[in-house]
Amino acid sequence: MFVYVARRLAGMMLVMLIVAAVVFVIARVVPGDPAAVMLGSSATPDDIAALRGRLGLDQPLYSQFLIYLSQIAHFDLGQSIFLNRPVAQALAERSELTALLTLMSVSIAVAIGVPIGILSAAMRGRWVDQTAIGIAMLAASVPSFWIGLTLIKYLAVDLPWFPVAGYGPPDASLLERLRHLVLPAVALGIPNSALILRFTRTSMLDVLSDDYVRTARAKGLSPLVVVLKHALRNAMIPILTVIGLTAAVMIAGAIVTETVFGLPGVGNLIVSAVLRRDYPVIQGALLVVSGIYVLINLSVDLLYAVVDPRVRY
Amino acid sequence: MALLLRQLLRRPLVVVALAVLAAILAVAALAPWLAPYDPMKMDILNRMKPPAAGHLFGTDEFGRDVLSRIMEGAQLSLLVGLLVVVVAVTMGTLMGLMAGYVRALDGVVMRLTDALMAFPDILLAIAFMAGLGPSLYNVVLALGIVYTPRVARVVRAAALVVREMPYVEAATALGASTPRIVFGHILPNLISPIIVQATFIFAYAILTEAALSFLGVGVPPTTPTWGNMIAGAQQYFQQADWLVLFPGLAIVLTVLALQIVGDGLRDALDPRLQKVS
Repeated sequence: MFVYVARRLAGMMLVMLIVAAVVFVIARVVPGDPAAVMLGSSATPDDIAALRGRLGLDQPLYSQFLIYLSQIAHFDLGQSIFLNRPVAQALAERSELTALLTLMSVSIAVAIGVPIGILSAAMRGRWVDQTAIGIAMLAASVPSFWIGLTLIKYLAVDLPWFPVAGYGPPDASLLERLRHLVLPAVALGIPNSALILRFTRTSMLDVLSDDYVRTARAKGLSPLVVVLKHALRNAMIPILTVIGLTAAVMIAGAIVTETVFGLPGVGNLIVSAVLRRDYPVIQGALLVVSGIYVLINLSVDLLYAVVDPRVRY
Repeated sequence: MALLLRQLLRRPLVVVALAVLAAILAVAALAPWLAPYDPMKMDILNRMKPPAAGHLFGTDEFGRDVLSRIMEGAQLSLLVGLLVVVVAVTMGTLMGLMAGYVRALDGVVMRLTDALMAFPDILLAIAFMAGLGPSLYNVVLALGIVYTPRVARVVRAAALVVREMPYVEAATALGASTPRIVFGHILPNLISPIIVQATFIFAYAILTEAALSFLGVGVPPTTPTWGNMIAGAQQYFQQADWLVLFPGLAIVLTVLALQIVGDGLRDALDPRLQKVS
């Protein structure tokens, strides 16, 4: 187990190193001088030279990369050009909203995807199954921002059940804030439930054709017990994987959803950074989000051992 | 290929999806002749009119015909999707073949795809767009890079299987050069999985392009792609919901049809599923 975790962590570090390189390169492929782009057309050559010096742009590329890496190693993501504060702080301030939004969306996606996926597998080929697959495919084809706009129109404007946008006043209670997140979480959760549904179905189908399931049926156990107790447990590994994957994807999906609902989260920060060409923020956010993505995938792999005692590392 | 087509046509849903796709492609190709109005022509007196006989999908905030604009948008959105497929399939196939056949390159190529796949699609696309700046061809390039690893992985996996086949060994024994083996003997056997991936990438590319344009970091807002139409209509949505409804339906219909065809292709190509359902 220990060796396995160590090896996986080493592999993760390697991927993150390449990720850092990709992030570094992206900020350098900008046509023209990043410093000039950041400062806009009214900047004087002196200003640009000063910013170049501050950003280390006057040094050779490899030493720029090494400086960048050592900064990351010290958890220093640099300084935002527009927000006038460290990138790490800007990200931290907005992380609560995005974390809550992701958590709620994942819960919604799991609550829709897993039960319907199980039912679909148990009723394979019948109309319940066909309908479920059809709905899953439809859900996966709908842009989340379109669902978001539609929800706002019908459940926030026409029927004033939910707030139209925003995250409430700064002193709002947690419950009030969660209320602001209901529609965004639904808009984000629905398209992502499709993947969970399909994986749950496939995984259950694999297990349901196993011999031990037939044995369980033959001894006269009720179908409910066979499906939920015997089959589901063994089908859980692929389902867990896809739930982890979906959670990671949703952090990125939050970018779009937060824009639709005017939520001041990490996604919103990324979009405004792109529009303002605030490269330190873009780089920092990319690094943190992909880091979380990689971490979630690792945790899912480690969870396997908990779910399935046969898995030994 | 003929067998594949026959298998596909045996499924009613796939046939419907193929017909829908053909219709959408035809509308896109013939948009300048089919569109009832000039998509750019403004008519201030008739602004934000709900769907009615004269304007089936209504008019927008400048009195432009929404149906004509969706047809024009079909051209652009499908063009982006197709070009992304071309970029991703070309680069992904080359990378996958290199990794799958030239073992020395395998580690490097696969770590690179790992790293690219460590970013969620839309985030990586946004990052590239931040560097490249908004334009239709930059969207194609960014999404092409984003979807390259998917093709590369599938091609590598399939190439690893095909390269062990006796006929490849025979070609090697006969002294065929590496490019000849890779492109003449291995690649033709990988066409099926590549086509399946291409169909799904087409669908994802349309969805992601719409999201990028919606965020304002994709195709410049004056170009009427479906995503831009929805983004532009956002502020009028309360009074004129058809401005968001119809472009959205166009996206859903196209992506859904592509996914059904992709699923159908995958099932038809998977020999294990031949007997079932």
